[in-house]
Amino acid sequence: MKKQRTNHEAKIVNESRRAFLKSGVATGAGLTLGIYLPAVLARPVLAGPVKTGRQTVTQPTLKPNAFVHIGTDETVTVIVKHLEMGQGTYTGLPTLVGEELDAAWSQIRVEAAPADATRYNNLFWGPTQGTGGSTAIANSYDQMRKAGAVAREMLVQAAAEKWSVAADGITVQEGIVHHRPSQRKASFGALVELAAQQPVPAEVFLKDPHEFRLIGKVLPRKDNADKVNGRAMYTQDVKLRGMLTALVAHPPRFGATPKQFDSAATKKVEGVVDVVAIPNGVAVLAKDFWSASRGRDVLQVDWDETQAFTLGSDEVMTRYKSLAQQRGRVARNVGDSQAALKESARVVEAAYEFPYLAHAAMEPMNCVIVLNQQGCEIWNGEQFQTPDQMAVASVLGLESAQVKINMLYAGGSFGRRANPQSDYVVEAAHIVNAIGGRAPVKLVWTREDDMRAGYYRPMYYHQLKAGIDASGNPIAWQHRIVGQSILKGTSFEQALAQDGIDQTSVEGAANLPYGIPNITVDLHSPDIGVPVQWWRSVGSTHTAFAVETFIDELATTVGSDPFELRRDLLREHPRHRGVLELAARKAGWGRPLPDGRGRGIAVHESFNSYVAQVAEVTVAGDRTFTVDRVVIAVDCGIAVNPDVIRAQMEGGMGFGLSAALSSKITLDQGRVKQSNFHDYTVLRLDQMPKVEVHIVKSTTAPTGVGEPATPVIAPAVANALHAATGRRFYELPLRFAP
Amino acid sequence: MITLKINGATYKLNVAPDTPLLWAIRDAAGLTGTKYGCGRALCGACTVFVDGQPTRSCIMPVSAVARQPITTIEGLNSKTAHAVQSAWRQLDVVQCGYCQSGQIMSATALLNDNPDPSDEHIDAAMSGNICRCATYVRIRAAIKLAAKSLT
Repeated sequence: MKKQRTNHEAKIVNESRRAFLKSGVATGAGLTLGIYLPAVLARPVLAGPVKTGRQTVTQPTLKPNAFVHIGTDETVTVIVKHLEMGQGTYTGLPTLVGEELDAAWSQIRVEAAPADATRYNNLFWGPTQGTGGSTAIANSYDQMRKAGAVAREMLVQAAAEKWSVAADGITVQEGIVHHRPSQRKASFGALVELAAQQPVPAEVFLKDPHEFRLIGKVLPRKDNADKVNGRAMYTQDVKLRGMLTALVAHPPRFGATPKQFDSAATKKVEGVVDVVAIPNGVAVLAKDFWSASRGRDVLQVDWDETQAFTLGSDEVMTRYKSLAQQRGRVARNVGDSQAALKESARVVEAAYEFPYLAHAAMEPMNCVIVLNQQGCEIWNGEQFQTPDQMAVASVLGLESAQVKINMLYAGGSFGRRANPQSDYVVEAAHIVNAIGGRAPVKLVWTREDDMRAGYYRPMYYHQLKAGIDASGNPIAWQHRIVGQSILKGTSFEQALAQDGIDQTSVEGAANLPYGIPNITVDLHSPDIGVPVQWWRSVGSTHTAFAVETFIDELATTVGSDPFELRRDLLREHPRHRGVLELAARKAGWGRPLPDGRGRGIAVHESFNSYVAQVAEVTVAGDRTFTVDRVVIAVDCGIAVNPDVIRAQMEGGMGFGLSAALSSKITLDQGRVKQSNFHDYTVLRLDQMPKVEVHIVKSTTAPTGVGEPATPVIAPAVANALHAATGRRFYELPLRFAP
Repeated sequence: MITLKINGATYKLNVAPDTPLLWAIRDAAGLTGTKYGCGRALCGACTVFVDGQPTRSCIMPVSAVARQPITTIEGLNSKTAHAVQSAWRQLDVVQCGYCQSGQIMSATALLNDNPDPSDEHIDAAMSGNICRCATYVRIRAAIKLAAKSLT
């Protein structure tokens, strides 16, 4: 049966084609095509000789584009351009290809894409290859489906030629091409050679959502076998011939540099091969980790701390509070909040404090690098290909294209491996450079190195003021945010900062969805010498807490139900309202709870996905508490793999719960106090609540799920604690005031 | 030179006696399924069996375990272990996967001791294993599924 050409499909094709013909370059809506079509239009190629055992044979492979290869052995290889760090890209992207290819899930294999932004850029990031901002599925949705559809079309054309039938009568299902009228069928593998000789179609038609067979199904993760038997390869597991393991003595304070060092004792440690200075420390190279570690233990380094950052967290917060007394740069202004406050019957004020947070991925940062005749080669849980290529090229005096990167699994990241300064990758490059490239180098950070290396979620201070009219309606909202800019001084500043406002500082606050007629949101971005970075859900990690606990406080102040008030104020935002109502209904909102228990709700949009959570807590007599149950509703458009979405909701919420309950980095005279999981505590199994996830049915294009669950849990829990105890919370991690 | 018996094979390894078992397994024996996460027995990523008992290999000097049979994730082959791994796959427990070798070792040890663990037993046995992806809901469910499949 021929697929129907709906208006929706035609639109995709025509728009893309027009953009391509018009400009031929990657801009705006034409971006997909500018990158996509050149690969598609290229002649298909037969792969070169493949060695099997001692015999060299030519293995025909259908390679219609940069994303899908089909072999005579029936294997469909999907080349995935996004890092698999747990969020499911190695499952989601192949699902999109497999859907339009009509492949069987079991025949699909995954291969990591090389670093090459001309083919594998993130379509939301212009000419940059990388993973982040919950964009993997969203930016790939059309691109991967088209890649699959192109391959399918070539297989169909091959079958039509082979059987001398019209292509119209051919169907494809589960990796088998059928021509029912003549009762003929062939597998993909049997058609590969002929398919590779077909012209690559310039236009393909995509399925209508009601035709989906893989999208929307619970398909097993492609990485689950290797991750339960220890075979999955992470950077930490790379071993090259002659490779040295490097540990670096980092300065005790940010901004300090090595003045001089004494490596005499280090060099006596068996297994230590070399000790070299690099710009931000001193590297000990050894034949293995333990030798390097023992060598570093006895290394004496004299640090130049004249440029070092020497403030403590308390002093930073004092500075923030002082700044908050003045108006900052205005990120959003609607109506006249100052006049409305004056007319208000009641004014409610609150201020919120947030600490630095470490990402603390289970795999501490690490990187393997080798210099070779072509330039250099890197093995890394690679999240930021293009910036890392540029940064390493700059250190080594190479062209970006000479920096070959092998993208391995990352043992978590939560944003850390997409570092705008390419910090740890550059560190590895400096080390291999310092030894003249005479051996491959594996840079390994210990947990302590990782915890103390900075690039934290910044500290923040929020001040909120709201005016309520005589009937209890909020009529004024003022939100002042103080905190270090993540983007300032990075190559992303121009792209992501607008009118001097770092959008990552105000996201989730400036776009307040609540229908309040007078709103002002303003921002101070003081320079603080602590390296900071995006941390799963970025600005929303603090803005959602401030907004969602404050709106809750407004509700209880005027005697409204926190759910009902939100619902009323979200009239213009059906997707917020949809998840809010779904979570409330599934959680049994309004149903009474025994004494000492409480239920709290929060709703937040980030990365164009909408999440509401209802948390239930139990508070003991000694004011310790447990989070017992969390009901999550999510609207992320079309659910590509509902089980991966559920997993990201569970895990994203759990990640946020660590920060809600206990995680905190503090500085004392510039030194990081925490060092490992005993003092930077994170969520453990016995603290994990029961979780229910409900996904809103949708036909809207999919949006990300890696981050949006994270910011919602802290306010939901704080609001639940209020319901249980009558107390409000103005600080993370959550603590009962003495 | 120290001799270790890992997964039934004998390894003669040139490592210092104070080398933690973890690094002997990973760097010297080349078995990389066992992971480094904290180096201080705080996260459980390095869990292996020493003489059948779950052990944090990152703080265990090799000199203390010579002559004792060591089992890593690569050497798991009991019926219980396979039930655990199969439940892990059935429920798609893994996300980044880095901690999962340790989780599976701890879960297998739990079921070896207690074929029908309660939630409290699971809390006690598994709370030493951190998962930053917070796959805990599924870890708990997979342990119960594995237990059920073994009865």
